Amino acid sequence: MKPRRPIDPYWMLAPTALLLALFFFYPLLFAVEKSFYDWDLLTPPRYVGFDNYRALLESGELLDAFTTTLSLSVVVVIGSMALGLGLALALNRPGAFASAVRAAIFSAYVVSWVSVALLWLWVLDSSAGALTLTLRKLGIPTLDWLGNPRVALYSLAGVTIWKIAGYAMVLFVAGLQDIPRQLYEAAALDGAGAVRRFFNVTWPLLRPTAAFVGTTSLILSFQVFDVVRVMTQGGPVRSTTVFVYAIYEQIFINLRVGRASAEVVVFFVVLLALTALQLWAWRGKPKGARA
Amino acid sequence: MSRLRNLALIAVALIWLLPYAWMLSTSLKTLPEIVAAPAAPLPSGLNFDAYRAVFAAMPLGRYFWNTTVMALGIAAIQIALALPAGYALAKLQFTGRAVAFGLVVATLLIPAQVRFVPVFVLLADVGLANTMTALILPFGVSAFGTFLIRQALESVPDSLIEAARMDGASELRIVFGLLAPMLRPTLVSFFLFSFVYHWNDYFWPLVMTTDDSVRTLPLGIALLREQGTGVRWHIVMAGNVLLSAPALLVFALAQRHLLRAVVSRSP
Repeated sequence: MKPRRPIDPYWMLAPTALLLALFFFYPLLFAVEKSFYDWDLLTPPRYVGFDNYRALLESGELLDAFTTTLSLSVVVVIGSMALGLGLALALNRPGAFASAVRAAIFSAYVVSWVSVALLWLWVLDSSAGALTLTLRKLGIPTLDWLGNPRVALYSLAGVTIWKIAGYAMVLFVAGLQDIPRQLYEAAALDGAGAVRRFFNVTWPLLRPTAAFVGTTSLILSFQVFDVVRVMTQGGPVRSTTVFVYAIYEQIFINLRVGRASAEVVVFFVVLLALTALQLWAWRGKPKGARA
Repeated sequence: MSRLRNLALIAVALIWLLPYAWMLSTSLKTLPEIVAAPAAPLPSGLNFDAYRAVFAAMPLGRYFWNTTVMALGIAAIQIALALPAGYALAKLQFTGRAVAFGLVVATLLIPAQVRFVPVFVLLADVGLANTMTALILPFGVSAFGTFLIRQALESVPDSLIEAARMDGASELRIVFGLLAPMLRPTLVSFFLFSFVYHWNDYFWPLVMTTDDSVRTLPLGIALLREQGTGVRWHIVMAGNVLLSAPALLVFALAQRHLLRAVVSRSP
């Protein structure tokens, strides 16, 4: 439609544009600029060229943060997708019972990360936690879930999966419900069993949903912070220092704004790459597979 | 067969429900009970000491108020700005429309973790660090909300808007008086989604606030654990019940709306 006055669309977008400029685009430029400075917030910034980036690379901090985050993300994405899909297949049924079970699972996605982190901190406590004591009672060897540097990251991954599996499930249920019933009837007439029906009908039509769930959980798990801050503070021996926690540490513990900004810039580039991956995964999405 | 499947599903549901039950049960125990038998499934009685301890440890009412004002403020401003923006992007022809829409969507690439350092410095420069403004204003625009509203408005017929213009309604009146009520389900879903999301937020209040006056509930409850509480898990869990109950309540009352907001993000 033609606007009544040519100026109308512009003033309608003006408040949005102002906030975007102030709180999204300016901060990004600011981070890029400050990444070339040495700055502790107290004394004036000092230009240091690429020193911050060099220091991050040479100290191995960047690589550590990246591999830690990636290890966590791989486990979280695979775990939550597999669990979410399994739950969706089991629970894609009408009736109050299935819907109550779905609600119970999805509730973890609605509750705050802090709640979930505190809850599991207690359940996983190495001396008095419910899981530890239950396993011990059953005679199953238990682990120091959060105190063992080889285990802690995967404990956090498990907690994250517990929290977001419901999200994957809900999206997969929506995807399943969009698959036309006739396709299954036709496959059944052809004598296809349950397994073949899944691989020939369900999975191909669920692929766009799977791509969406996979890439959004990947980006989400790259941004993980709360569970780390509340449950492990990056430890033991930095084994859970994920990207965002490393940035947080640089600025709030070391007061190194320049170093933190360089890390922010790298983090942003990583997110861009992940988004490119997302767009690639969505390419050739079959039209009309989802309304 | 179907009974077996139902049993399996109940077992699955328990994986999600038991931790909540454990949180509630622990919150009703006393310290001696926890020390003596940490794995006892039920408390010996209804003991609210832990809740009293939470109230004594922090200005809980203030935290609750701050959190609610922040989340309501963010959700309300997001909708108030997204309606005219979504209208312009969906219905009005103008130069730069594609670019404007592209820029809104591009903000999805700039999460809070990327922008908190500069925003903190910016707000500190004008004396706004550690204020409610610092908690609310940086989230005033939601790309997701603008996108959702634009999408919903695209299915509204132009003739409706033209008829309102004939009647002499101003553009703002068309947006807020005519179109907003038509978009009610979308707006309700988005409002609840945004409210719960920000009510739960930990990261932004953590990096933007420095004292009790504007601290929010997730921060305060997380502090319970940091204050060298040792084994005082009953107090931490009592705080956790107070923190998770409102979100669970909203979920119980408005599950349908929240689910719609979540599903509408997918392809």
